[in-house]
Amino acid sequence: MNESGNGREADDAIRVEHISKRFGAVRALEDVSMRLKRGEVLGLIGDNGAGKSTLVKIISGFQKPDSGTIFVDGEEVSIRSVAQARSLGIDTVYQDLALVPGMSVYHNMFLKRELLGKLGGLALPLLNNGEMRKLARKHLDEMGVRIPDVDAEVAQLSGGQRQSIAVARSVYSEAKIILLDEPLAAMGVKEGALILDLIRKLRDQGDVSMILILHNYAHVFEVCDRVNLLQHGEITLDKPTSETSVDELTELVVREYRQAQAGSG
Amino acid sequence: MRGLGWRALEAFANRREASILVVAIGLIIYFSLRSSAFYSSPTIKNIAEYVAPIALIASGEVMLLICGEIDLSVGRVFALSPIIMYLTSAPSPDGLGLPIWLGVIFGLLAAAAVGLTNGLITTYLGVPSFITTLGMLFFLNGVNLRALHGFQVETPGGHTFTKIFGGYPLWFNSEFWWALLVVVVLQVVLVRTRWGVHTVATGGNAIGARESGVNVRQIKIGNFVLCSILGGFAGIMDSTRITSILPLQGGTDIMFLGVAAAVIGGTSLMGGSGTIIGGFLGVCVLAILNIGFTILGVSAFNFDLIIGIAILASMILNVQIQRLKNLGVLGRGR
Repeated sequence: MNESGNGREADDAIRVEHISKRFGAVRALEDVSMRLKRGEVLGLIGDNGAGKSTLVKIISGFQKPDSGTIFVDGEEVSIRSVAQARSLGIDTVYQDLALVPGMSVYHNMFLKRELLGKLGGLALPLLNNGEMRKLARKHLDEMGVRIPDVDAEVAQLSGGQRQSIAVARSVYSEAKIILLDEPLAAMGVKEGALILDLIRKLRDQGDVSMILILHNYAHVFEVCDRVNLLQHGEITLDKPTSETSVDELTELVVREYRQAQAGSG
Repeated sequence: MRGLGWRALEAFANRREASILVVAIGLIIYFSLRSSAFYSSPTIKNIAEYVAPIALIASGEVMLLICGEIDLSVGRVFALSPIIMYLTSAPSPDGLGLPIWLGVIFGLLAAAAVGLTNGLITTYLGVPSFITTLGMLFFLNGVNLRALHGFQVETPGGHTFTKIFGGYPLWFNSEFWWALLVVVVLQVVLVRTRWGVHTVATGGNAIGARESGVNVRQIKIGNFVLCSILGGFAGIMDSTRITSILPLQGGTDIMFLGVAAAVIGGTSLMGGSGTIIGGFLGVCVLAILNIGFTILGVSAFNFDLIIGIAILASMILNVQIQRLKNLGVLGRGR
């Protein structure tokens, strides 16, 4: 991968260079370099244990790399915590969904970013529930996320609705870079279509850049501009989706599998 | 279409406090009809005295239970704080002879230190709070017994102090008014502040809350400290009212009554939901049952029997209603 400076770096929302990470004897990432252009949707694929989640966790501040550098908007940054990543405009929607099941949709939308109001001119730090409710409603409508009642507890919603709310929350928090860890995992076709629609909509609006960890290669070609394949902690393929195919990706992964079998056999 | 019974069930699911209030009022009516002595000023005073310390402890436990933790040691803090107050403010050689307000501050600081220790051990060393506070429960009992050599002592403090914390300013004892104030303030904190929302988030989905940027440890430690201080405050006021300090006062009895009240009032032991008002009404129900039975001359055995059933029934209802809500069978909850 070409990481030398040649002007196009200015277009990068985020760029990681020479990232390595080990867990004891396990080599999770080895000299990985990756770039995400502004407004781009990048698909990150690879077998289980290839290092996808580790890479996403490093970018989102959950884990620290052993070595390597990260650039956000062309500037070198060191991301030490989730809060710091968020202040850089990087937000992550995890598999284990950061939503609280027993809490209302709008309180979830505003978790950690609650709006405060004033009570009769007193400067008490009380929540402005009315305003949050209204804004949550408005924002979900704008994004085409159909939630009948923002007062409903998240526990009562379907998997697709929850995932949509989590994504909508990221967008609403003015994140510039959204990382989605298997947004379609454990979801029916209809539900998955909702999420894919939402991602397409965000891509067309062009305000955010996204990295999606995906398992289903067909989904990659439905919503991603570019695809990176991670194998054993290294990026082995980096192409626009228009220049590759499900067959090519499958071929690469199967070859890896055969080699692994031959190696162990 | 859904009938009246169904709608009642939905209302019940959405407003647990309302249902426990109905139970409380029902009990009041029952006991008033059974005995003319029930609706009298000494009885009401008795109920208020019984409610106050448990309500303070229940409020702390509700906050802790909502964020997914529990404090078994708070009943010992109930004795520790007045003992520290005694050691600070009793005339020498028994105490240091310092002003009573310093005694109160030191007593509450000791309570806060216990809560902080509970919180740190639980969140940083990864010991479940049930175990952390179980250890603390025994440890503090030892501390309390050693400090007073197992004896009962007289509560220090002048006339004004006793009036503020142990007197009867208006209708009820002052501790009851303090408890009421705490209940109202904490209910507002729970539903209308960031601390409250983050407490619910911590108990409802700790990983998710952390990923959203909520400082889960801080929330838990804060609520441990809060619960402990409320227990200590209740202990100081109770011992001021009864004018003596006992190393064994409070203990597991008062702690478990606080937890029971929280559960009866709709707080989930699994974290993520509950209300302070519900816990307070739970305490009221326990108090009415206790005093009511006493007036009717019913054996104390029956009291425990009924509390047991009440806890089991409340918990079964909580769990089953949540299940129905998650299945989307019952309407929205708040």
